[in-house]
Amino acid sequence: MGRRVLITGLDTFWGGRMAQALEAEPDVEMILGMGTSEPSVPLERAEFVRADQTYSILSRIVRATQVDTIVHTFLIVDSTKVSGRTLHEINVIGTMNLLAAAGQSSSSVRQVVVKSSSLVYGAAATDPTWFREEMTRTSPARTGVERSLLEVESFVRDFAEDNPATVVSVLRFANVLGTDIVTPISANLSRPMCPSIAGYNPLVQFIEEDDVVRCLEHVTRNRIPGLYNVAGAGRLPWSEVAALCDTRLLPLPPAGTRLFALPLVQLGLIDFPPELEGLLRYGRGIDTSRLAKTGFACRYTSAAAVDSFIRATRLRRGLGHAPTSYTYEQDVEQFFRRSRAVVHPGGDASA
Amino acid sequence: MTPGKETAQREQRAALVPLPRPKDETPTSPRLSDVDEWGRSEHIREIARRVYEPLYHNWFRVEWEGLEKIPRSGGALLVANHAGAIPSDAPVIMHGIEEELGRPVYAMADYFFRSAPWLGTMWSRVGGVPAHPDNALRLLRDQGNLALVFPEGTKGPSKTYTDRYRLRRFGRGGFVEIAMRAGVPVIPIAVVGAEESMPILFRLPTVARALGVPYVPVTANMLTFGPLGVLLYFPAKFKLRVLDPVTFDVPPGQERYSKSRIMDEAEKIRMNLQETLYDMLRERRSIWFG
Repeated sequence: MGRRVLITGLDTFWGGRMAQALEAEPDVEMILGMGTSEPSVPLERAEFVRADQTYSILSRIVRATQVDTIVHTFLIVDSTKVSGRTLHEINVIGTMNLLAAAGQSSSSVRQVVVKSSSLVYGAAATDPTWFREEMTRTSPARTGVERSLLEVESFVRDFAEDNPATVVSVLRFANVLGTDIVTPISANLSRPMCPSIAGYNPLVQFIEEDDVVRCLEHVTRNRIPGLYNVAGAGRLPWSEVAALCDTRLLPLPPAGTRLFALPLVQLGLIDFPPELEGLLRYGRGIDTSRLAKTGFACRYTSAAAVDSFIRATRLRRGLGHAPTSYTYEQDVEQFFRRSRAVVHPGGDASA
Repeated sequence: MTPGKETAQREQRAALVPLPRPKDETPTSPRLSDVDEWGRSEHIREIARRVYEPLYHNWFRVEWEGLEKIPRSGGALLVANHAGAIPSDAPVIMHGIEEELGRPVYAMADYFFRSAPWLGTMWSRVGGVPAHPDNALRLLRDQGNLALVFPEGTKGPSKTYTDRYRLRRFGRGGFVEIAMRAGVPVIPIAVVGAEESMPILFRLPTVARALGVPYVPVTANMLTFGPLGVLLYFPAKFKLRVLDPVTFDVPPGQERYSKSRIMDEAEKIRMNLQETLYDMLRERRSIWFG
């Protein structure tokens, strides 16, 4: 029997990407995606369930579908997208319910993969140049995203302790850049001016979006337990990132930074979520040697990820418009999955 | 999943305007600068060396003794005495070794540097690294570099002129533990001249607290040169003596080492350095001419 995988946040960037990647895996028998809205990417055989973001019906779904793997991609790491309250609901309460469902007695779940972020390390002057997985952050978490991710990881640790038979994989990803993803950093870098903090030129590290999906796939396919940092090799100064992206630095004063940034954010000139401030001051480096030992290597270095991002941006600018997005039609999707009229080449993907 | 399939999916998704996938291999690195993972830039370092050269040769007239004891390859932890309101020993040691041996020196210093705007960036580009034990281990063991530490910390440069050439406590011996774990020798360097290049007459602790800096000194240079004296050194003659490398016969890579052994070794190195400093002072005829 193949694997039965549940993906959270199918409607989000990572959920959609992950579902597409798993569809190509012959070993995966069934893919079930949960989301609060319709998927934004075309999917061949993944099933979609609309569920509220706290997964209150999750234990029912897990029991009914007998999934053996949960890929938890629905964790918000960008505080500009949602309010603090929603962030808490999605990250903390969502994960809590998810793990509660996965940890029921006689649960079918054998692996839980969590897409966390290197934000859990924070960014402070007292940081080591490279964080290893066993190191803790050196400064208290002050931003909502960081606090909620720390809480999420503590739930996952407890879950792993209570369910020793379940493979628990937690991946801490560096800041992502790539051809399609939009983050506060990518938004800043694609404008003519991007924020920096005067007097600071921190070393930053990136991972390309394809490497994120490849890594999630890697730990899912090979059932690799543990906590891993995931990032492209090397770090580069923020000024160099800006130069590579043909954008000018807009230096904010080192004291009262947030105060000066506020009107610029309101005017839509820059993105400046609180978790970006520490990064633009001290940068962050995560050591990926533990992941390398499991046989995974990123295709892109940090610099190559920046390059991949700016090439896609230039192309989009050159064409003058963004690629058309996909619209999910319930009837059409059901037709393709259920109708006898549809011929499935090479085996029966239909349930 | 094969890259071909990925491409197909991506093109399908963006049917109207397909974004062609970038090549998997990066033939040429897109990097624009040579800033390394520690923030050091050899290019900026070279400019700094060119600017510093006259100060090194004509102002301080630096003389080395035993430079051959510093290995030309492999990791080693350099430890030295630390003095002068704005310590001139660190740049002198870094400049000397880089010019003579042609290998980079990373100077480990307090986090204060990193948090200070402008200063922190400059310091990092010329080879400064925050003194985190893990940073030292990586530099010494994994990369086989030279790391320079001042075990006295800020207690060295903040002492007043009346305490000159009297070594302060060597922290908690952390530098010995790092060298043991990394399996590299400790090479002590005795520096004479830094004390007199910018002697502290007294400190202003209240001002330091208000500014959030480790110490605020009033130096003889300020009284002599006025505002210029904040940065202008006296032309004291610099002499540096490299002591014999100290190795520890303990297995490297251990999580913990005997604390008493560490303290003993640290104290031995400190005593040795102190004795050497006294010897050098006995031989010195003049502060300005050596």
